[in-house]
Amino acid sequence: MGEPRSLVELTIDGNVVLVPEGSTILDACRREDIDTPTLCWASNLTPVNVCRVCVVEVEGSRVLVPSCSRPVEPGMVVSTDSERVRTSRKMVYELLASSVEMDRADASVHAWMEHYGVRPERMGDRDEIATVAQPPKVQDDLYVRDYERCILCYKCVEACGDDAQHTYAIATAGRGFDAHISTESDVALPDSACVYCGNCIGVCPTGALAFRTEFDMRAEGTWDEDSQEVTTTVCAFCGVGCNLELHVQDNSIVKVTSPADHSVTSGHLCIKGRFGWQHAQS
Amino acid sequence: MPDLRFGTSPPTAAEMAAVEAVVAEVGPATVTVGERLVLGGRSRAVARRNLLLPALHALQRTVGWISPGGLDHVCRLLEVPPAEAYGVATFYHLFNHSEPAADSTVHVCDDIACRGVGALGLVEELRGVGLHVRPSPCLGQCERGPAAFVQRIGAADLSVAAAAVADIEAAIGSSTSSSSVVLPQAGLDSLRLLARVGVVDPGSLDDYLAHGGYSALEAAIEMGPVGVIRELTASGLSGRGGAAFPTGVKWQAVADQVGRPKHVVCNADESEPGTFKDRTIMEGDPFAVVEAMTIAGLTVGAEQGWVYVRGEYPVAAARLAGAIDAARGAGLLGSDVAASGHRFDIQLRRGAGAYICGEETALFNSIEGYRGEPRNKPPFPTTHGLFGEPTAINNVETLVNVLSIVRDGGAAYAALGTERSPGTRLFCVSGRVVAPGTYEHEFGVTLGDVIGAAGGLADGSDLKAVLLGGAAGSFVGPDWMDLPLTLEATREAGLSLGSGVVMVFDQTDDIVDTVRRIAEFFRDESCGQCVPCRVGTVRQEEVLVRLRGGGSFHDERDLLDDLGSVMRDASICGLGQTASGAIRSAIDLGLLGGVS
Repeated sequence: MGEPRSLVELTIDGNVVLVPEGSTILDACRREDIDTPTLCWASNLTPVNVCRVCVVEVEGSRVLVPSCSRPVEPGMVVSTDSERVRTSRKMVYELLASSVEMDRADASVHAWMEHYGVRPERMGDRDEIATVAQPPKVQDDLYVRDYERCILCYKCVEACGDDAQHTYAIATAGRGFDAHISTESDVALPDSACVYCGNCIGVCPTGALAFRTEFDMRAEGTWDEDSQEVTTTVCAFCGVGCNLELHVQDNSIVKVTSPADHSVTSGHLCIKGRFGWQHAQS
Repeated sequence: MPDLRFGTSPPTAAEMAAVEAVVAEVGPATVTVGERLVLGGRSRAVARRNLLLPALHALQRTVGWISPGGLDHVCRLLEVPPAEAYGVATFYHLFNHSEPAADSTVHVCDDIACRGVGALGLVEELRGVGLHVRPSPCLGQCERGPAAFVQRIGAADLSVAAAAVADIEAAIGSSTSSSSVVLPQAGLDSLRLLARVGVVDPGSLDDYLAHGGYSALEAAIEMGPVGVIRELTASGLSGRGGAAFPTGVKWQAVADQVGRPKHVVCNADESEPGTFKDRTIMEGDPFAVVEAMTIAGLTVGAEQGWVYVRGEYPVAAARLAGAIDAARGAGLLGSDVAASGHRFDIQLRRGAGAYICGEETALFNSIEGYRGEPRNKPPFPTTHGLFGEPTAINNVETLVNVLSIVRDGGAAYAALGTERSPGTRLFCVSGRVVAPGTYEHEFGVTLGDVIGAAGGLADGSDLKAVLLGGAAGSFVGPDWMDLPLTLEATREAGLSLGSGVVMVFDQTDDIVDTVRRIAEFFRDESCGQCVPCRVGTVRQEEVLVRLRGGGSFHDERDLLDDLGSVMRDASICGLGQTASGAIRSAIDLGLLGGVS
């Protein structure tokens, strides 16, 4: 039981709302069933508020406010669907989709892009405008880093660092449009501090970080998410009790995840749970 | 030992020595004292992280690049994860990441002021004589362009103004920066902020004292923090960095914070294109900056001051460092400032080529040894500033105003200027005027008067437009000459005084190219953290390149509007929020002429 928290009263889209003190605007929106898009936010990571797709209009604020990180204040008047909000959200998606391959992003991302009528092609001919197109980095048997799908949401950096793994194998390097996720001096992943926990893959929203199994099957054309069955079990390697979700296609494990809301893992695993499943198929 | 994995590249002896010299004073994060005693732990590493930027500077200066071995040595001593240190090193333009191509790198300003006075030709000429040249954003020498900044291996950086090939070659050989402050108003009795510039010897504390120096600190100690804040509030002084926040309110807010260490930070990372006023003060009257910071420290109750000087200002940094040392030697900094019983000292940090580090929270991250990415606000620096602690951060010009306010009283200061914009203001006048330079005028002076005071335009020159406030400001046309330059009048007109830039363009200037260069500037200087600015500044520049190549303005109008909206509304910091302003104003004025 935490400290008792007082309630804060604010107005969202004309409705008076009561939420516990310390909630973010996003928390308040979700309590009210106001659907709000997010890309860089995740329940198991500290908000970095860099994607700006969750912005809302707050009365008295000159600029829009990231709902994922701004705590509610008494008397706040929030609009989640004003003209300014719609324009900014649509533009964020258009800017991303014009520079990054979004095809493997979550279904919800595509639903939102449709909702806002996103037309990235108006930014110019893909061959003539700047994009992050580049070949995937395939440097070992476990991971693929396919950075032409990277929207620079910082989730992998957070999962590798302070929010989960404390390994600090990757960080943002470069600046501006050249900013990218990198190991030190861009050394290959096996030569870096990476411990192959796979937690970066677990939080990646656009398929930029992928299991080698998934990447190879996609290349062969055999990846079929609809036919996959997900079985929840408990990792057998040690006594911590991590929940595993085994993604199985054609009777083979093709991917392992853990639920973000699991009390033990918060969605994060170690190399054994994430990749040590070959024995189950032997 | 820390649970970090370091690289395997070995540092050279020179790299080791350079890095160890930076760390020498406080020692590395882990020290083996004896067989049974090792000093270490996370808190020691955290406390040393702010040495990352100085250590990178040391490597760059010693060997001309940040080699994997050198970087790894820094990481081991400071216990910084190598990937993070690489991320920090690659954030800055002045750090090189491959083996140096030459002993000297000449950064030539090809930004909006210098390209009007032959910078592009200079780049070609320098390449022609075999020098290693990199085009640079504005170097803050706009009154005497074209400007160059030279990085040399094993020697101090140089700044060369009004540069021709021979000047740059001579400077590289002789090791002297050509720094002479251009002060067309020199000798005028009305000067307050600039009164000592060009008059005192910037290297002599005695000369500063002989010209009224440290009388303000004496008065501040006499009246105490409450008195200083009272006078500041009465003076109506507001910040000169662009946002015009009331200084008295800011200092009061920091003074009110209790129970935690506090900081005073002087933002001397002047990088707005067209801006050079703070450099004028730092080069001409460095002790004034030190004295004003000391007053700030005693007033808000901070014991540590930091001055973050733009990396491309080697002369300003050297003179400030000299002033800090001299003040410390005379007991005006240190454990008992001027026998007041208060402790205050100042550390100098040099930036490394990143406009964004002039944004206050990016500047904190830069000092702390992280990437210069702005933080989301709130919380504000007065409660969560440098190292997450309460911080009073002020621009150089703002701080120097404090001296006369404390000495002569807030009421006397408020009598200058206008009611809502009291005091005087520095203007960086450049472009097609007869006498470019730093000018001091009372608020309320008209734009036409400012240009007139700089000798007006030369014969045969017709005013086409003025860029007011810098790249983050706006273009105005010839019909704005009667605009009173006050906070209220500019705000009402939808303009901003910004950093005091008044850059004058005439009929010979290629404004479409100027506007495109501004778009290029924002693209190059975006930190890359948030989507609206990271991609928006790129798309904006692409539109302007298409327009310059004969594209139809009609087709691009909606896209430019939407890019402006998302950058202004949804960017994290002021860079993205203002990145479309000057371009927007140029469109409104019809300056993109043939394309509109």
